[in-house]
Amino acid sequence: MSTIAQKKGFGATLWDYLTTVDHKKIAHLYLIAGGFFFLVGGLEALFIRIQLLKPNNDFVSAGFFNEILTMHGTTMIFLAAMPLVFAFMNAIMPLQIGARDVAFPFLNALGFWLFLFGGIFLNLSWFMGGAPDAGWTSYASLSITSEGHGIDFYALGLQIAGLGTLIGGINFLVTIINMRAPGMTYMRMPMFTWTTFIVSALILFAFPPLTVGLFLMTFDRMFGANFFDAAMGGNTIIWEHFFWIFGHPEVYILILPAFGIFSEIFAIFSRKRLFGYSSMVFATVLIGFLGFMVWAHHMFTTGLGPIANSIFAVATMAIAVPTGIKIFNWLFTMWGGSIRFTTPMLWAIAFIPSFIMGGVTGVMLGSASQDYQYHDTYFVVAHFHYVIVGGVVFALFAGAHLYWPKMFGTMLNEFLGKITFVLFFVGFHMTFFIQHFLGLWGMPRRVFTYLPGQGFETSNVISSIGAFLMAAGVIVLLVNVVITSVKNEKVGNDPWEDGRTLEWALPSPPPYYNFKQLPLVRGLDAYWLEKMDGKKGMTPAEPIGDIHMPNNSFIPFTISLGLFIAAFGAMFHGDEGNTWGVPVLIFGLLFTLGSMFVRSIKDDHGYHIPKKELLDDKDLGGKA
Amino acid sequence: MTNEQLNSGNPRVDIEYRRKKNAEEMRHQVISFALMIFLTLIAFVAVAYEEFSGWFVVPFILLLAGVQVIFQLFYFMHMSHKGHEAPKLFMYAGMVVAFVTILCYTTIIWW
Ligand code: HEM
Ligand SMILES: [Cu+2]
Repeated sequence: MSTIAQKKGFGATLWDYLTTVDHKKIAHLYLIAGGFFFLVGGLEALFIRIQLLKPNNDFVSAGFFNEILTMHGTTMIFLAAMPLVFAFMNAIMPLQIGARDVAFPFLNALGFWLFLFGGIFLNLSWFMGGAPDAGWTSYASLSITSEGHGIDFYALGLQIAGLGTLIGGINFLVTIINMRAPGMTYMRMPMFTWTTFIVSALILFAFPPLTVGLFLMTFDRMFGANFFDAAMGGNTIIWEHFFWIFGHPEVYILILPAFGIFSEIFAIFSRKRLFGYSSMVFATVLIGFLGFMVWAHHMFTTGLGPIANSIFAVATMAIAVPTGIKIFNWLFTMWGGSIRFTTPMLWAIAFIPSFIMGGVTGVMLGSASQDYQYHDTYFVVAHFHYVIVGGVVFALFAGAHLYWPKMFGTMLNEFLGKITFVLFFVGFHMTFFIQHFLGLWGMPRRVFTYLPGQGFETSNVISSIGAFLMAAGVIVLLVNVVITSVKNEKVGNDPWEDGRTLEWALPSPPPYYNFKQLPLVRGLDAYWLEKMDGKKGMTPAEPIGDIHMPNNSFIPFTISLGLFIAAFGAMFHGDEGNTWGVPVLIFGLLFTLGSMFVRSIKDDHGYHIPKKELLDDKDLGGKA
Repeated sequence: MTNEQLNSGNPRVDIEYRRKKNAEEMRHQVISFALMIFLTLIAFVAVAYEEFSGWFVVPFILLLAGVQVIFQLFYFMHMSHKGHEAPKLFMYAGMVVAFVTILCYTTIIWW
């Protein structure tokens, strides 16, 4: 192995990415795949807004509208937001704690391929008889009676993708617990690492209920079980509980990394230490904990009874407290700082009022008696888009601009970045602000059209125009990416000049082994401390020595492929006159098990980068 | 715990201490193994003995199972040792989540 960059052919690069176990390359894969699904989901959103542009529109049929709506939600949550968050976690978290990779590089790759195959499987439904059409929540009474294979795609696709997410979460947990650099105590971890840690714990506890729910759904639909069929002694409400025991933590799984990214941004571009670091950590932990106690606020109107409703209403409102702590800390971080209005910072500043609006409507919805009015209207749609777009998507854009140099070694154009911001910001508020009122005026959620003369026309037009502005913003970002990649002007370690955490002490992008010598961490904002002491880089904590690295492997791909094949068998075996279903199911599972077997019996100890080679390499950091 | 190297320097460090520790460990394991066998026997007896009603036997066996799990975790999977704080924390957190779920299902869905 040589560390000297060589120009590789397309085939070699492709093979490299198919087999990679390097967290930085896996981050690229997550970014590309997540970005692709984000575009797909965005396209679906545009179709929704075109259909709702005017009353009695027939741009799409009612049934097709349901499919687009369902796939929009499902794609955005599971296939766009989650993997994009994972992209940044993979790219940045190991660098922030001073590790050479995640704890289980092989599992990291496996997690990605499972997600990708699950996502592809779900989207193949478009070409194979129709997509799922029971909403992203897929409530059981509706979904077990849904015709065709749409819901089967949902259950099986999410099962595979969810397995990948679970694996990823466990991997991050182990990494953060075990692989922090010397001196990196828990209370010195950067905020983004902390949120990654808590989020991984949430994943660990939230995904099993989803897994169970999806399995029950799979058996109900494909193997003749009756878990959710009340006529056969089942209980349809159980699905809702399982879904929301997963679903509410899931929204925090999305928002906490966003909080982490913004915490980094506020500190960097205010040139100040994050205000109230320990209370931030505390608030994050508390949000994670409370996130599990509130799921039934999605089910106030199902008839849980006044006692259950009250308990969950109180618990729900309690979450506003730690969230408020965070908001004040961000404000105080900016207070008195010397602020630079870079693109990431613009997103961060815009995030605060946008997210607060979502939080306020959240508390309104959380009060059970009010929720009877709001439930299943556009008010709810406005609420969750304010938190998810105004929180998570803003953070993804901000993170993309902030970490682009660290991931690819080039800077996105700041001017275009700001154009993206303005277009998207204006478009976002235009689309969703008015939807609060649409909801209050009585426009129900998830309807494919409405009648004229009900006062919904103008507002829907405004909303649809806003959607196109957001699309324009995304297109500008894509142009920005292309221009930046073609120009390919490489930047140094710390392109924002005010980097505080360890990742900015490394070259952009870092060498594949990250740290030639593990750094010694002397406090929070480790790199900033060294800079303030007039040093160029980190003080090493160990002498230069051989570095142990894992080998690339194609097996994660084949393990995931097997499940993908098996899913087709499971889905079609029940069709009239189908003979190949069961054999394909068995074949796929054997393929997966076989791959796992090969993995376990093959001795793969990785390889060492010899010390000599590291000493020869001049252009890398770590010179003490 | 930060970044423990796999091959920690000197292999002969505190070998005496380790030997003593291992002996003690072994004794604990043998004792708990014997206890576990004993508990299993009691469980079989409880089922086989016809005088006991199901309302007694089932909770009783579950209780024994709980005890066995604790033995298993603490003596055979070394959860009592240092350095297992994180796994412990996560197991307790998981138990809390599972408990709340079951509590909720039993109170608001099934009754
Ligand atoms: C102070 C914090 C929050 C409170 C009190 C809150 C409360 C609620 C309530 C009560 C509902 C149910 C409304 C109904 O269906 O009638 C709801 C829906 C929703 N919330 Fe929040 N929320 C909060 C923060 C968030 C965050 C941070 C996110 C995501 C990042 C989020 C995402 C959602 C989603 C996706 C739904 C709709 C689910 C669906 O029915 O499809 N919420 N929220
Ligand atoms: Cu919720």
